[in-house]
Amino acid sequence: MSAAMDTIREAAAASVPKPQARHGEVLLAVENVSLRFGGVKAINDVSFDIRKGEVRAIIGPNGAGKTSMLNCINGFYHPQEGRIAYRGVTRARMRPHQAAAAGIARTFQNVALFKGMSTLDNIMTGRTLKMKRGFFWQALRFGPAMTEEIAHRKVVEDIIDFLQIQHIRKLPVGKLPYGLQKRVELGRALAMEPELLLLDEPMAGMNLEEKEDMCRFILDVNQQFGTTIALIEHDMGVVMDLSDRVVVLEYGRKIADGTPDEVKRDQKVIDAYLGVAH
Amino acid sequence: MSDVAVRPSTPLLANAWIKAGLIIAGIAAAALVGARLDPTGTVHKVLVDPFVQMADMPDLFVQTIWEGLVSGVLYALIALGFVLIFKASGVFNFAQGIMVVFAALTLVGLYEKGVPAFLAVILTLGVMFVLAFTIERVVLRPLVNQPDIILFMATFGITYFLIGFGESLFGGNPKQMITEQLWLPRGALEFEVLGGRLMLQKIDIAAAVIASLMIAALALFFQYTRIGRALRAVADSHKAALSVGISLNQIWVIVWFAAGNVALITGIMWGARSDVSFALEIVALKALPVLILGGFTSIPGAIVGGLIIGIGEKLGEFYWGPLIGGGIESWLAYFIALGFLLFRPQGLFGDKIIERI
Amino acid sequence: MFYREAGQFKTSYSADMAVFPIRQDRIGLAVILLIAFVAIPFIGNDFFISSVMIPFLVFSLAAIGLNILTGYTGLISLGTAAFMGVGAYSCYKLTTFFPDVNIIVLVLVSGLFSAAIGVLFGLPSLRIKGFYLAVATLAAQFFLQWAFVRVPWLFNYNASGAIEVPQRTLFDIPVTGASASPETRYFVCLGLVVVLTWFASNLVHGRLGRSWMAVRDMDIAAELMGIKLLNAKLAAFAVSSYFAGVAGAMMIFFWYGTAEAADVFSIRLSFNILFMVIIGGLGSLIGSFFGAAFLAVLPTAMKFGLPALGVPLAGATAEHVTFMLVGALIIIFLIVEPHGLARLWQIGKQKLRTWPFPY
Repeated sequence: MSAAMDTIREAAAASVPKPQARHGEVLLAVENVSLRFGGVKAINDVSFDIRKGEVRAIIGPNGAGKTSMLNCINGFYHPQEGRIAYRGVTRARMRPHQAAAAGIARTFQNVALFKGMSTLDNIMTGRTLKMKRGFFWQALRFGPAMTEEIAHRKVVEDIIDFLQIQHIRKLPVGKLPYGLQKRVELGRALAMEPELLLLDEPMAGMNLEEKEDMCRFILDVNQQFGTTIALIEHDMGVVMDLSDRVVVLEYGRKIADGTPDEVKRDQKVIDAYLGVAH
Repeated sequence: MSDVAVRPSTPLLANAWIKAGLIIAGIAAAALVGARLDPTGTVHKVLVDPFVQMADMPDLFVQTIWEGLVSGVLYALIALGFVLIFKASGVFNFAQGIMVVFAALTLVGLYEKGVPAFLAVILTLGVMFVLAFTIERVVLRPLVNQPDIILFMATFGITYFLIGFGESLFGGNPKQMITEQLWLPRGALEFEVLGGRLMLQKIDIAAAVIASLMIAALALFFQYTRIGRALRAVADSHKAALSVGISLNQIWVIVWFAAGNVALITGIMWGARSDVSFALEIVALKALPVLILGGFTSIPGAIVGGLIIGIGEKLGEFYWGPLIGGGIESWLAYFIALGFLLFRPQGLFGDKIIERI
Repeated sequence: MFYREAGQFKTSYSADMAVFPIRQDRIGLAVILLIAFVAIPFIGNDFFISSVMIPFLVFSLAAIGLNILTGYTGLISLGTAAFMGVGAYSCYKLTTFFPDVNIIVLVLVSGLFSAAIGVLFGLPSLRIKGFYLAVATLAAQFFLQWAFVRVPWLFNYNASGAIEVPQRTLFDIPVTGASASPETRYFVCLGLVVVLTWFASNLVHGRLGRSWMAVRDMDIAAELMGIKLLNAKLAAFAVSSYFAGVAGAMMIFFWYGTAEAADVFSIRLSFNILFMVIIGGLGSLIGSFFGAAFLAVLPTAMKFGLPALGVPLAGATAEHVTFMLVGALIIIFLIVEPHGLARLWQIGKQKLRTWPFPY
């Protein structure tokens, strides 16, 4: 897996010139965040940051609080203690649609697609925030609303080309195989043109080929579009090769934070997690 | 692998009970102020006068509460049928109301044909069993594993079918329930209490007693028997229950038959107080607020919910109804349930809705 | 073979995104409109138009409204009849206050009152999810039904409690009241239904329609896309109640002529509309028409069809058998095709693509 990833990485790096000073300012800062469900502390005094343009992996054994962490960043959960600052601004009780408006997009572990709609429609819903035409223009359809639809359809078609899902464009997503559903979900998140993309186990349940494809897409998104990515993943090979920095959680606490090499050698992490290679 | 997504505890002011308490306190304060300011104004009439009336004639107040209790027990019985089926099969059986009517009509119809009363009861139970069996075969089995909304709509279909069927078999005219033949008491008890008189119909007392016995029996059955456990398993997941060898078909027949029994008893009790007619089906809709208050899967919840709705309705109609023209019983129950839902979306006893992200 | 799309290439996004992209569909639509506007008034007799076509149009509109709410947005509503009633009474009061304003304009305006009430009773949908929401619409149904009887101002203090529709004209032709001919009323209804269906179709195929379907399928993810749940749900209630309100106004003004509200806008009507939507197909505009056609035609078919087949039926028995049939049909449909007649229609078109070859 590592050798293949190296090849992909080199090819990507060779084809696209590296933008300047990518890993610069802090985009998202999590400071002393604690989250409780009743008596259970899902997240216990965790602090880390995500820099603009990097790929940050969040790893840890089951129950470590990784998804809860993403949910906090997203605005689904509101931590009882600590603060989360996005682009320097702390949000007290941000709702998910405010997070979306601020430029945070997300995929889910158990694919959260709109099963009753086609691939195209699903990705078009990702453009909702960018579409401005009001109720009355939509009721008329011909005219400004149609022009807007077509303009956004072009953007969505670009994403479909990028993810190579042209052949399933009009199919209802409920009928698609799991790997393709995950790809459509990624497309929907990309349609929001996010600044920060949160991926919750994007490669769960995929075979080797699908994983390589997904890795390539994630890398391309990061390098071509400059999107900052926070990634929860269990496949250690993927994590080590894709990410710039890694934060490790266990039972709601942070036990390591650094580059993949540093984390790989950290004894605490090895004890908690890396005993089994994937 | 995902973390459990129960919404975490919220700060003090966002807590529903605190909010409710503050609002009630606010209303009470407004009432006091209103009373001081203007004895003939609307605020006074709405917020103070009814309570004054209650205090002035306590016997009437207690009588109203008793009436509410009685209708509450009957609501609870109907809700009980719903709870049984919902607990065991996850289906909201909209046809429960019509099953009540159908059972009662069958009983009366058989008696009119000359069958002695208690034999008629047994035969009616037999009819309800056949009904349960048919419903399981024809409706539930083909629809296994469909989403709940589809099953709910199917019970609509059953309702309409039974309405047509019942009407063509028994005719649409209201009928008299055979209370005497079933050894149910008639007449009333009168008490001197609180400076006035209180009249309790014996049949109502009987209804309360019978209902309590039945509920206790059902609760024990669910908790302590093997079939009860199987019923709860089926309620959680059809697929999982099948995979451990529980026969869904058997369970469903049992449950619908049990609901049919409850329907028969409800029909007898209800018919004893007023006539047996198809108007009962609308009353069955009232079971929905009861279930919402009590939670769809809780037997004690059905009771408490029924009592709250019954008493709330009667008090509302008697003391506040005249202010806006009367007849508010037709919709008050729904607003009471709505109010509760806004504070506690899962009802008083229901399971908290857990959303997994 | 006739239905093949081969050779129909789309060279622009706008062509691809058309509501009827296949040429045969467009021809079919034209044929249907031709039949509706030309053939039926010429060929149909008065009874057919008054007792089948006009009810069909009224129910279709109400079914489209309910479909938007329940089929597209997933919010269950048992109060459609009450919202129809609000439309009817609003129209009545409006025409009492403004007897000179064109009645069609008033019918369209009365829908707005329904929309407002619909939004009011839809507010709980923010806290309450799924099936529990039925209670809010039931509250609306019973409360409004009570109001129609107990608020005498609504029926102009008429002693009988019913509303009598006054005669109104359009270009000097009577369209309401006793002297309005069935053909005239039919054309007015048809015009209204065609225009409003066009609006509904546009909404459903655009951003708002997608938002509604997103809310129905997974509202958590929808919120993530930036869709404000409040706005989407209230918009659904507003649009749905508007359609129901206009349908109600049409029902009284162009069909019944007079109304005893307690009887007409009862919970039975709410259930009937819901059945139309279920049988026709949730989430499908054409399904609304199928369902309405089905349930509008059924009583008449029973009354006349069965005796024609030699089965004698007294009036009351026909009603009972209708109930049984409706109930049985609902169950059959749910077993055979839970997505209703609309899905059967789609499957039929699929088969048409390859007919007369099997595959």
